[in-house]
Amino acid sequence: MTKLLVKGRVAAVLSDNIDTDMIYPGRYLNITDRDKTAEHLFELAYPEMRTRIRPGDFLVAGRNFGCGSSREQAAAAVKYAGAGAVIAVSFARIFYRNAINLGLPAVVAQVEAAEGDELAIDLEEGRIENLTQHREFTAAALDPRAVELLEAGGLIPYLKKRVLRSGC
Amino acid sequence: MPSADAPPMTLAEKILARACGRPSVSPDQIVVASIDLALSHENADLVRKSFREIGVSRVWDPERIVIVLDHRIPAESEKTATTHKAIREFVAEQGIRHFYDVGRGGICHQVLAEHGHVLPGMVMVGTDSHTTTHGAFGAFATGIGATEMAGVWTEGKLWFKVPATLRIEVAGALPPWVSAKDLILYIIGQLRSDGAEYQAVEFDGAAIRHMTVASRMVLANLSMEMGAKVAFTPVDDLLLSYLRRHTHGDLSTYVRWRPDPGAHYARVLHFDANKVLQEPQVACPHAVDNVKPISEVSGVPVNQAVLGSCTNGRLEDLEMAAYVLTGRHVHPNTRLLIVPASQQVYVEALRMGYLETLVDAGAIVNPPGCGPCVGVHQGILAAGEVCISSTNRNFIGRMGSKDSQVFLASPAVVAASAVAGHIVHPKEIVA
Repeated sequence: MTKLLVKGRVAAVLSDNIDTDMIYPGRYLNITDRDKTAEHLFELAYPEMRTRIRPGDFLVAGRNFGCGSSREQAAAAVKYAGAGAVIAVSFARIFYRNAINLGLPAVVAQVEAAEGDELAIDLEEGRIENLTQHREFTAAALDPRAVELLEAGGLIPYLKKRVLRSGC
Repeated sequence: MPSADAPPMTLAEKILARACGRPSVSPDQIVVASIDLALSHENADLVRKSFREIGVSRVWDPERIVIVLDHRIPAESEKTATTHKAIREFVAEQGIRHFYDVGRGGICHQVLAEHGHVLPGMVMVGTDSHTTTHGAFGAFATGIGATEMAGVWTEGKLWFKVPATLRIEVAGALPPWVSAKDLILYIIGQLRSDGAEYQAVEFDGAAIRHMTVASRMVLANLSMEMGAKVAFTPVDDLLLSYLRRHTHGDLSTYVRWRPDPGAHYARVLHFDANKVLQEPQVACPHAVDNVKPISEVSGVPVNQAVLGSCTNGRLEDLEMAAYVLTGRHVHPNTRLLIVPASQQVYVEALRMGYLETLVDAGAIVNPPGCGPCVGVHQGILAAGEVCISSTNRNFIGRMGSKDSQVFLASPAVVAASAVAGHIVHPKEIVA
């Protein structure tokens, strides 16, 4: 399966305006190991969430997911807690870019799904199938730049390849 | 520079066209822009780690990188001390001259303004969401994450989707006790937290043109809280005279960084400051767009009042607080924290006697920096406590316990509430 086709289970359905302080509290901003950020995911707002996410699970949310701070740890915590993608009606722009740069698909779509539903996402075609409820939804097309970054696995592997090519 | 026969463009479009070398650009187009200035604070350590992972040895241009320690100064833990040390070593290794260490700077956005780092027409990115502040200097300035900044340090360029522009014209004059903070809180309350998502904002109108540069910075700063990618206030004579005092460079080329007549706007909003802003505004817990006129929240008891941050910790803010507190005392049940936005603001407030007035009144002065605004040290709230603050965010747990509450307001309201011990209109304190 390519990186642009992902399948997983909905771990949580969240509301509008989930802010970065909810996702990752400011007091842990001095943690710079990406995998350790997951220990504090939703620590103040939804402390049980971290243990609910199984590898490859999806978060489904409403409007303006990730609003607030530019802290990359918010996207890192979601990714390293095991989430395979975040699907939201809309994203705050810095969170969106952080997610894509870390290789975490951020999918703009309005889907109807309940916790535990199985979804299949075709990122390139912009199609989301709720396999449990047998329903299909359309996702916004990814920017070509975002496709390249997700295919590479994020900005670091993407730039690494370019650096190797240019030989500097 | 866009050619004379280019279609009329908004300021965001004009700057991006220049930075990507095209005669014109239009909304939703993806462009790769060269970066004029790259700002980081403590998260420079995170940027450094990603930069090392990419595997290049030198940053693209050490002269275009600015690093300011501000979030946790002086270091509050060994972990932070180690972060600061790693940044100092990296700065020395890469020859980054524009480094503002503990005691030399303050909050990054204020430091950049004081040292004239940002000029009209620039494309600037910062690993801080409130980088939008620099739209007050006519720059296309926006926040990015740490790994993205590592890419900028590597290549000196970044891709952008050209934003559509929202124009906000504010006619009239701000009534007494109503400030730039009240105006922008009112606008955020109307547009909500994603009302300007992905958009550029252009502020203009008589109410804006009469504002000081410090007050214009408040508008650009808080526009982030309605999702704006960038937010501009006018490049006018007032701004140019500010820049002349803070930079040595030739400013003659900067006058042209204005939107073209006939540019296309996604939306144009008109407000009359005299009509819509009868009284100060307060953003109530736990969202910046949960805005109410002060009369609806007055009387709420406050345990702590905070005056500071990149939003409202400048000299005019401290002056206002000193004015309100002259001959008065902080209420026995309330703590007042003053956080000058920079070393320079601190010294000027000392010289002017503002700090003496505030300390005599029972306030404590924190070192210049982000301090309690990010909830990591120097003024953490306990469960059940309420804070009135001149800062920029009131999310759950932002300043401490998840069971604390933060109300955001102007410096005048914060100072008056510190005296009353509850949220109050300043006119009730200053007779």
